[in-house]
Amino acid sequence: MGLIEAIILSVLAASTPLLLAATGELVTERSGVLNLGVEGMMIVGAACGFGGAWLSGSIIVGALCGMVAGILMSLIFALMALGLAVNQVATGLALTILGIGLSGLIGAGFVGERITPAPHLHIPGLSDIPLAGRILFGEDGFIYLSIALVVGVWWFLYRTRAGLILRACGDNHISAHALGYPVLRIRLYAVMFGGACAGLAGAYLPLAYTPFFIPGMTAGRGWIALALTVFASWRPARLVVGAYLFGAVTILQLHAQGAGIGIPSQFMSSLPYLATIIVLVLLSRARTGGSTAPAALGTVFVPDR
Amino acid sequence: MQLVLEKRAERSTTIALISPLIAIGLTILTLCIVFTVLGKNPIAALAVYFIDPLTDGYSLQEIAVKATPLVMIAIGLSLCYLANAWNIGAEGQFLIGAVAGSWLAVKTQGTDAGHWVLPAMLVLGAVAGALYALIPAICKVRFGASEILTSLMLVYVADLLLDYLVRGPWRDPQGFNFPTTAEFDPVATVPTLIEGGRLHLGSIIALLVVAAGAVLLGRTIKGFEIRVVGAAPRAARFGGFNANQLVLLTFAISGALAGLAGIIEVAGPVGHLQPGVSPGYGFTAIIVAFLGRLNPIGILIAGLFLALTFIGGEQAQIAMKIPLDVTKVFQGILLFYVLACDSLILYRFRLISTSPKVQSGAH
Amino acid sequence: MLDTTSAAQHTGATPLLQTVGLTKRYGTFLANDKIDLEIRPQQIHALLGENGAGKSTLVKAIYGLIQPSEGEIRWQGRTIVLSGPSDARAHGIGMVFQHFSLFDNLTVAENVALGLDGKEAFRDISARLEQVSRTYGLPLDPKREVWQLSVGERQRIEIVRALMQTPQFLILDEPTAVLTPQEADQLFTVLDRLKAEGRAILYISHKLEEVKRLCDTATILRGGRKVETCNPKAETAASLARMMVGGEIKEVKAAASRQITVPRLLVNDLSLAPDDPHGVRLEHISFELRGGEILGIAGVAGNGQDELFAALSGERLAKDPGTIVIDGHAAGHLSITKRRRLGAAFIPEERLGHGTAPRMRLSENALLTGHAIGNMVLHGFVNTAATLKTVDLTTETFDVRKAKRDPEAASLSGGNLQKFIVGREILRDPVVLIVNQPTWGVDAGAAAVIRQALLDLAAGGAAVLVTSQDLDELAEITDRIAVMFHGRLSVPVPTREASRETLGLLMGGSSIEAAETAHATRA
Repeated sequence: MGLIEAIILSVLAASTPLLLAATGELVTERSGVLNLGVEGMMIVGAACGFGGAWLSGSIIVGALCGMVAGILMSLIFALMALGLAVNQVATGLALTILGIGLSGLIGAGFVGERITPAPHLHIPGLSDIPLAGRILFGEDGFIYLSIALVVGVWWFLYRTRAGLILRACGDNHISAHALGYPVLRIRLYAVMFGGACAGLAGAYLPLAYTPFFIPGMTAGRGWIALALTVFASWRPARLVVGAYLFGAVTILQLHAQGAGIGIPSQFMSSLPYLATIIVLVLLSRARTGGSTAPAALGTVFVPDR
Repeated sequence: MQLVLEKRAERSTTIALISPLIAIGLTILTLCIVFTVLGKNPIAALAVYFIDPLTDGYSLQEIAVKATPLVMIAIGLSLCYLANAWNIGAEGQFLIGAVAGSWLAVKTQGTDAGHWVLPAMLVLGAVAGALYALIPAICKVRFGASEILTSLMLVYVADLLLDYLVRGPWRDPQGFNFPTTAEFDPVATVPTLIEGGRLHLGSIIALLVVAAGAVLLGRTIKGFEIRVVGAAPRAARFGGFNANQLVLLTFAISGALAGLAGIIEVAGPVGHLQPGVSPGYGFTAIIVAFLGRLNPIGILIAGLFLALTFIGGEQAQIAMKIPLDVTKVFQGILLFYVLACDSLILYRFRLISTSPKVQSGAH
Repeated sequence: MLDTTSAAQHTGATPLLQTVGLTKRYGTFLANDKIDLEIRPQQIHALLGENGAGKSTLVKAIYGLIQPSEGEIRWQGRTIVLSGPSDARAHGIGMVFQHFSLFDNLTVAENVALGLDGKEAFRDISARLEQVSRTYGLPLDPKREVWQLSVGERQRIEIVRALMQTPQFLILDEPTAVLTPQEADQLFTVLDRLKAEGRAILYISHKLEEVKRLCDTATILRGGRKVETCNPKAETAASLARMMVGGEIKEVKAAASRQITVPRLLVNDLSLAPDDPHGVRLEHISFELRGGEILGIAGVAGNGQDELFAALSGERLAKDPGTIVIDGHAAGHLSITKRRRLGAAFIPEERLGHGTAPRMRLSENALLTGHAIGNMVLHGFVNTAATLKTVDLTTETFDVRKAKRDPEAASLSGGNLQKFIVGREILRDPVVLIVNQPTWGVDAGAAAVIRQALLDLAAGGAAVLVTSQDLDELAEITDRIAVMFHGRLSVPVPTREASRETLGLLMGGSSIEAAETAHATRA
């Protein structure tokens, strides 16, 4: 396997958790809810996902455990932000703080254990084509799933009536309510979808990326996923570009460290975080035609009955 | 029947006062369940957590020592949050303050530098923290980049910078390759208040910060500006208050306080720079700020309470083998309950029937 | 009860829609108290009442948006229970909201699709949309996004959307508040046509002349109760107003003679790009306003009135200091605080969130604008006693009703809060007062107090600039009047020489010459 092929494979792998989490958050935000707890949902998803896989010996069970954990976390958020009309920023922060603690508690029993990572697809013939074969036909299932998810979300948002209603809630919840749409219920579903995606994204880390669990292993990926939704201007297609770009930065700095350029490893490690800041600044600057964010994003809605 | 929220005509002052207490009560109740699940006796565990640390002098001092950075950071954060500027990177500003102050301590190490070193370190720490906090503030004001994300990203960067310094240029040559600087000289160390004790000058500084915060918010026009900008931005602009300026100001103040807390922690209780100088003070301070209802006096009390959970958590780990993460879970749950109870200040619950009633007699 | 001619014609038939003892309670507050209402086919039924009389609550209940606490709704004689608006639509009840229920960032077609209940393919909706809009003469481009459209066009979407459900009964909430007189006439044509088709309409308006002209029956609400059902054509505007208010309305008295003095506010060729992408660009605005004079600015909402207010107040700064001159001082570059120090005072349209911070006390809201001058702030410290004194003084002078000495702004009723805001500014004795929509959504009593205060202020020598969408209000209190359209301001004309027709054409974008010619020809 050539270096370039190895790099592309690892870029895809590094991008997938970002893409999964960001796709979920995109749907949540499109409904008008800002859930800053992605990092918290991811890390709990990672702990539960690993636990599930380690106990059952099945990657699929692990992935499901991660998703369920993410959904449960998102339900706490929904109860607060939708049910009790609490400030969404503060609730999201609380969810992350709670998630980091919970994951430590849940994962304590599994630290140091290893599992067999998710298998890669192998289609005889196709997967053996030099370069493109491995990249197109030799990935783990999560990678294909993440792409399918983005396409599905795009189709849902722009081609279905339910997607139109969800976007309407994110644009103006007062109008949506006046027309008789159950704004809070629609947002609840969107938040739960975001939770499932974040949980799956978290689970991907110990199930496919590294075959073990360590506390804090999400290392800010949830926050980067949040930045990606901004980067993508809340459009699914641009999310793919953004996620792979960030994955590339992560991998390139690793390879640069490995290649032993004279730059201290800590500086290289800080690149993805600095890149996030730079991207946020450049993007906000480039956007002259006004914000493309959902107009109702992050605002509290209490229906009048 | 269905439970719904209904907006109150006016905020309830009674609930504003008791909501933190309800939140703490609910959290302790939840904690009991967690202890039971972990197979521990909840009453005994609670005693270790909340009562034991209050019964001996050493622990009491330790609570004050832990509360010092929490309170200082939280006062700054409360200003930001009141102004609706979301600085969540206090942890990074804390570390940068620690690094900047330590620079002077490392450079003057072993020289005959006089008593100016410590004050200069504190100033350096505060200035560095403020400058570091201004990065996300400027990105927000100038470019509209979300301060939430940028301030948080800078936490990771600060963490890596500190890591690099103590493993590289500032490493103690006699430190057996441990990633740490040498112990600071006495002139570069925050003096303790009691001979042989742990309580140090930083706690006095924290009290002064609380007093200053209370005066600023309660009595001055600047404090009023901060509150209006957060509560009603358009009205604030109509009042002639510049929201951007206040974002910069509140970020700078909170960064300075976090940086100051950082260098006090390093030059005080820790005594040298090393990775992990903060057990997440910058994040716990967010909880302190909300539990204290963004009010300086409230923050002082909340800071002492959360410091108690740190000490109690350590003791519970030693005495009852309860994992340290329980403390973090506890803090997270506490923040949830605080926010939930705060909702009742603006709203009340009402029970309504889901199926519309038909006038009696009509059916 | 008066038996009306139109009602008499239908006495034999079952009413299309009926509310029987409909009551809606919020806590201890009765928003609707046992309201009986009957609406028959081919009827345009007016629902009249002051702000807070319970009109919105009643129509929300009929549209299924809120559940009545007691009483029932009958549709064609049968009791129905509406679990939500889609239920109401399924029965054939449509509604056009006062504050439109549209989605700015979605297209016209998407907005219409959201108002219909499923099943129909998107392409069919677009086709039907074009057909309906052609039939009723309400042109719309299905592909445009709503934020690009004018207020009149937005209302067209609402109406077309309602019509596409082919409702038998249509509720319109203050539909003409945002229209030019000519646009309103077009709307009346549509409504007459719907009536001829056999549908019924419930029409909420506070424009009584309009109601007299259009409606067959009127129901009047006051304080949550029905006070009367009558034939508006047999009443006078004054008698209708008396029923709404429950007594005589205080007449606003202009001072016998007002001294027009020196220019207090000069605006010289003010142009300003909007800071918000959906905003309006101000283009070459010039006018002069003298002491003792009240100048009115008419226009349909969204034609640059808010932008002009921001520029005049200093919320947004002009590049050239000389474009705005306050009391002889170039002020285009000065902040709002500095303009206040020159003697200017400002009252924005939005009471909650712009004129006041809703969740702050009145004393703090006094400080909001009062910190600029006077003794409220000393060396950076707030003088709480001084802020409270302002509250007390305002309360006394302007009869602000409130539950306690210093409540939160949001707890006051619209009229009382507006009196507080107007009082707060006027008690500082400004030389220039700039006010946007001074009586928008306040009760008749408060409106009279506020208009009188503006007249008295001008009589005292101040210059007053009033922006309003209410032509009657401008006719009542202003000396001269100008019209704002697409960020441009017409040349002010004396109010007594300005005809409604001419103003209406200007509001619709005709030039002054064209408007006058058109009016002359028609006359």
